[in-house]
Amino acid sequence: MQIWYSIIDTILPFEWLTLNFMKNALLAILFVAPTFGLLSTMVVNNKLAFFSEAIGHSTLTGIAIGVLLGIGDPVWAMVIFSVLLAIIISIVNKNSTSSTDTIIGVFSSTSIAIGTVILSRGGGFAKYSTFLIGDLLSITPLEIGILILVFFGVLIFWLVFFNDLLIVSMNKSLANSRKISVFTMETIFTVLIAIIVTISIQWVGLLIINSFLILPAATSRNLARNVKEYHIISVIVACLSGIIGLIASYYLGSATGATIVVAMSIFYIATLIIKTIRNL
Amino acid sequence: MIREECGLCCSKVENLSVRRGKLDIIKDINIHFHCGDLTAIIGPNGAGKTTLLRAMLGEIEHTGTLRFVDPSGHKNIKPVIGYVPQHLNFDRSTPMSVADLFAASISKRPVWLGYNRKTIKEISKSLDRVNMGYAINRKIGDLSGGELQRVMLALALNPMPNILLLDEPISGIDQAGSQMFYSTISKLREDYDMAIVLVSHDLQLLPKYADKVVLLKTTIQCQGSAEYVFSHKKTKELMGTL
Repeated sequence: MQIWYSIIDTILPFEWLTLNFMKNALLAILFVAPTFGLLSTMVVNNKLAFFSEAIGHSTLTGIAIGVLLGIGDPVWAMVIFSVLLAIIISIVNKNSTSSTDTIIGVFSSTSIAIGTVILSRGGGFAKYSTFLIGDLLSITPLEIGILILVFFGVLIFWLVFFNDLLIVSMNKSLANSRKISVFTMETIFTVLIAIIVTISIQWVGLLIINSFLILPAATSRNLARNVKEYHIISVIVACLSGIIGLIASYYLGSATGATIVVAMSIFYIATLIIKTIRNL
Repeated sequence: MIREECGLCCSKVENLSVRRGKLDIIKDINIHFHCGDLTAIIGPNGAGKTTLLRAMLGEIEHTGTLRFVDPSGHKNIKPVIGYVPQHLNFDRSTPMSVADLFAASISKRPVWLGYNRKTIKEISKSLDRVNMGYAINRKIGDLSGGELQRVMLALALNPMPNILLLDEPISGIDQAGSQMFYSTISKLREDYDMAIVLVSHDLQLLPKYADKVVLLKTTIQCQGSAEYVFSHKKTKELMGTL
């Protein structure tokens, strides 16, 4: 970390980067943003917005279970719970005739209710509120290490399985006729989202984590004409918003995650205007 | 008349059944698809036409088999299946070009990193087969229904299949588009050795192109030449007056 600090001091000698926790946050953003930028393209293609929201909500039950079992760091309880939930939703979805929306809605509401019931026993919910809003500036070097690992994990998955995932998102029967296992692809992808959402939630916050998975791709769709442009614009929007949001939150004294989302929304509106003008 | 035995190659659906709970969706289906023939499967709504195709694709649980017998007489080979979906239910704003769709299907290199010359060449060749070469860099959402169907057809032909399955390929496509689609299919039948299976609601253009027609309603009601099936009393009963 000392090397990173001295690099920053040399090449980016700005006021907002003088404090170490700001340097940590910047490093985290440089890895988290592209991860969400990549995943976001397929979350939007597969219309998984509602699903990722449900996973975010399920972390509340994960925290609660962690607290009940007396695990000091609830992140692992959260990850296990949300991965289980992702797999269950995949299986129920495959074998059920009800619409996906309903199934996900049922799981989502149930898990947020269970989590709230357990955590609010005796009126002590306030101390868990960091999970609702998130605190990026409290990230530790060890946690940044985990984020970097996740980033490379997603990158490798994206290199190996992206083509299959794209065909599945177009048409399931088409994917089947080309010998792609739809169920395996969908399950791996949903588990991946479950992991990344759960790990990031304490820095980004349950209330806005979904924006990270939707806005970069939604913005990119306003401009992109093919898959390559789609990815490039999505990743750039995520990274730029991350950096702009971090700087703005420093000067405004606001919550970093939410400030980043505001930056993303501005990009979204700007590209929407460009798209509308183009189509005139 | 129908040929009873195929001298070269054919695909056989044998005793195919699909049950959902206690309900038989399709039952005891036996059909031979000969190479070079266009077989049309017709039937009223809910007759199990799409279910039959999906069972042949191995997408849903079923009993019975689909076997392919190649020209040298080898049996029990899994045929290469080309499939053209009924209608692609996708978001028209999806940023994906025709080339992206092809590259994702035929190449291992992840599409978001772009593609190499060899892939581009192969895609052009595939698209030329259905006269869609001009659309290679078009966004998929910008294609007309007929154009999209021909692109999907080109995709189903790479790799060249033993059986080509078409699920209502021209529903919702205008007269000119349908004509064009049928003539492309007819040409394929002459140029390549494959069995073409078409599920259709369209009974106007069918007699002109189909070698064999199968009337399906849970089980096979009757099968034979278009003339024979269209004049059969079961057809009139199930499909109304033609």
